Amino acid sequence: MSRRLAEVFAQTRSTNRAALIGYLPAGFPTADASVELMNAMIDSGVDAIEVGLPYSDPLMDGADIQFAVAHALSGGTTTEVVLDVVGRLDGDRAAILVMSYWNPIERYGVERFATRLKAAGGNGVITPDLTWEEAGPWLAATAGAIDTIFLVAPSSTDDRIKTVVKKTSGFVYAASTMGVTGARSEVGAGAQGLVARCRLATKLPIAVGLGVSTGSQAHEVAAYADGVIVGSAFVRCIRAAPDLPAAISAVRALAGELAEGVKR
Amino acid sequence: MILSRPVRTQPFGIVEGEIKLTTYETAISAGHFGPYGGRFVPEALTAALDELDAAFRSAIIDPDFIDRLTKLEVSYTGRPSPLTKADRFAEHCGGARIYLKREDLNHTGSHKINNAIGQALLTQRMGKTRMIAETGAGQHGVATATAAALLGLDCTVFMGEEDTRRQALNVVRMQLLGAEVFSVTAGSRTLKDAINEAMRDWVASVEKTHYVLGTVTGPAPFPEMVRYFQAIVGREAREQIQAAEGRLPDAVVACVGGGSNAIGLFSGFMDDATVQLRGYEAGGDGVETGRHAARFAAGSPGVLHGARTYVMQDTWGQTIASHSISAGLDYPGVGPEHSWLHDTGRAKYEAVNDDEAMAALALLSRTEGIIPAIETAHALAGAMRVGRELGPDSLIIVNLSGRGDKDVATAARWFGIGAPAGIEMAEGR
Repeated sequence: MSRRLAEVFAQTRSTNRAALIGYLPAGFPTADASVELMNAMIDSGVDAIEVGLPYSDPLMDGADIQFAVAHALSGGTTTEVVLDVVGRLDGDRAAILVMSYWNPIERYGVERFATRLKAAGGNGVITPDLTWEEAGPWLAATAGAIDTIFLVAPSSTDDRIKTVVKKTSGFVYAASTMGVTGARSEVGAGAQGLVARCRLATKLPIAVGLGVSTGSQAHEVAAYADGVIVGSAFVRCIRAAPDLPAAISAVRALAGELAEGVKR
Repeated sequence: MILSRPVRTQPFGIVEGEIKLTTYETAISAGHFGPYGGRFVPEALTAALDELDAAFRSAIIDPDFIDRLTKLEVSYTGRPSPLTKADRFAEHCGGARIYLKREDLNHTGSHKINNAIGQALLTQRMGKTRMIAETGAGQHGVATATAAALLGLDCTVFMGEEDTRRQALNVVRMQLLGAEVFSVTAGSRTLKDAINEAMRDWVASVEKTHYVLGTVTGPAPFPEMVRYFQAIVGREAREQIQAAEGRLPDAVVACVGGGSNAIGLFSGFMDDATVQLRGYEAGGDGVETGRHAARFAAGSPGVLHGARTYVMQDTWGQTIASHSISAGLDYPGVGPEHSWLHDTGRAKYEAVNDDEAMAALALLSRTEGIIPAIETAHALAGAMRVGRELGPDSLIIVNLSGRGDKDVATAARWFGIGAPAGIEMAEGR
């Protein structure tokens, strides 16, 4: 495990709250604006940032994130831009992760991406379409330097969870529901059971994502998980804002609400 | 796990027995074809793919399943499909003898039904009640909707908006068959985006839903499983050409979108070193224009839709939108087995542009009285090249993968026809 994520979870644990993990695609609405927005998220209580690497075929994402990454791609957000964004985030106050579908990383070069990400201050990577079976070269390139966060889902068997958590470092990403990203009125009922099943297999922190968008939902999840992941709700409030200052205010307000929510 | 060729009793009584694995087959293990294939999917789908893999492997050694599949192939699909000698068309192919494997005569009008019925039976076997499918040309959507109607399953088909326009006939067919057709407006609004949307549906509905992927792409076990259901094309063709000519062909030719009709035909001749395997992908406006679907001519290895394979992608690994007059070939990826066949040199792939394909479509229509699908027309244009290359007395089988009814509106625009009389066929658009 890289030290940074371990520190974050140790710190949130010691203050009796869950870690708040916020996602935003780099380059949405522009590279500079995404840096400002993510730093505002950190400033308002987000403990770890997932920087989305925009991809042309985001098949795990719902409408909000699809819109945001398409916008970012049409604005010229390349892998280099994403790494630049990572380097401009306030890494002293939050852990910095990259969320990327696999092909852009493979195309960039597995070792090259690992090296550049580390140099830019990145602490971990989440790959929604890379399971451990195909991750050999990536794990070899990042061992000890960058955390690789694999997902578990309600459909994962106990045997499979045992294997996945062994390959995971940093934390385990528990998908709350069977479905794509997007704000939902209720967090999946299976989330708590999934977290409990993971606890039997690992001492790693477990964070719950998919469908969390409000402070009260974050509070509910924080009761049983070590981390709460929010993505689409941030994208949504940026989409709804008329300009960047309004978007920053909205993001601050949401991050603040969620940061209150994750307190136990 | 090593793939062994399944033993299967054929409609006309041939039993394929135990066969020693070739080097090629040994390379196909654990869902990989050399470095290609694999499973690049969200964790949420892993359990469903494991379940499908287990259901598939148990089904193909279950005599009841094989019996049911075989009966439907014979009594419903109309197999075996004929092998038709095309003498007048062959005059344009350098004097080669040309045979057409008539998948267009299957029920629903293409090879797609072979796979759809197989996967529909698996859907029932897994106790699932709903099937979803992506479709480009609409042939796979129609085949899946047909199998769903036959077996009393619910069916939703995802189709790019651009394709619903150019293959409007098939949209109506699917609706008549009771399927819901979902028009996809994301991205390039073609097959690639339909697959994204089908995957999104599947991850949320997987408990009751089976995703009937229509070609030899996607995560394991799809490429191997779809190959299995399409392999009947090659088995029949091999038997039929030996009966007709007393020998194996010099080349077998097929168009390659995802590549299921090609794999079906090729698989019958994979171990016959003297039989050339020739695949034709869509050159669109020309590979040099960038508006094409020529993955081998202009793509590179990458990961798309769950498998490592040749992909049309930019420097950053972003998928490049493909282009072809043929909706069924308009896809920036290709089946991983084709990538392996390409790299090993066992099969050879070339691009055929829109204009060359449309000329071949017109030629087959006028010389043989068979209107092929535009996808298939790419294979016919390829056969014309191969015939000239191999010369007189060479023996070639072309997979006539589908009929052209769905394409008449596109053809009318292309040739400037459609008025009842007095209109001369234009050369270009």
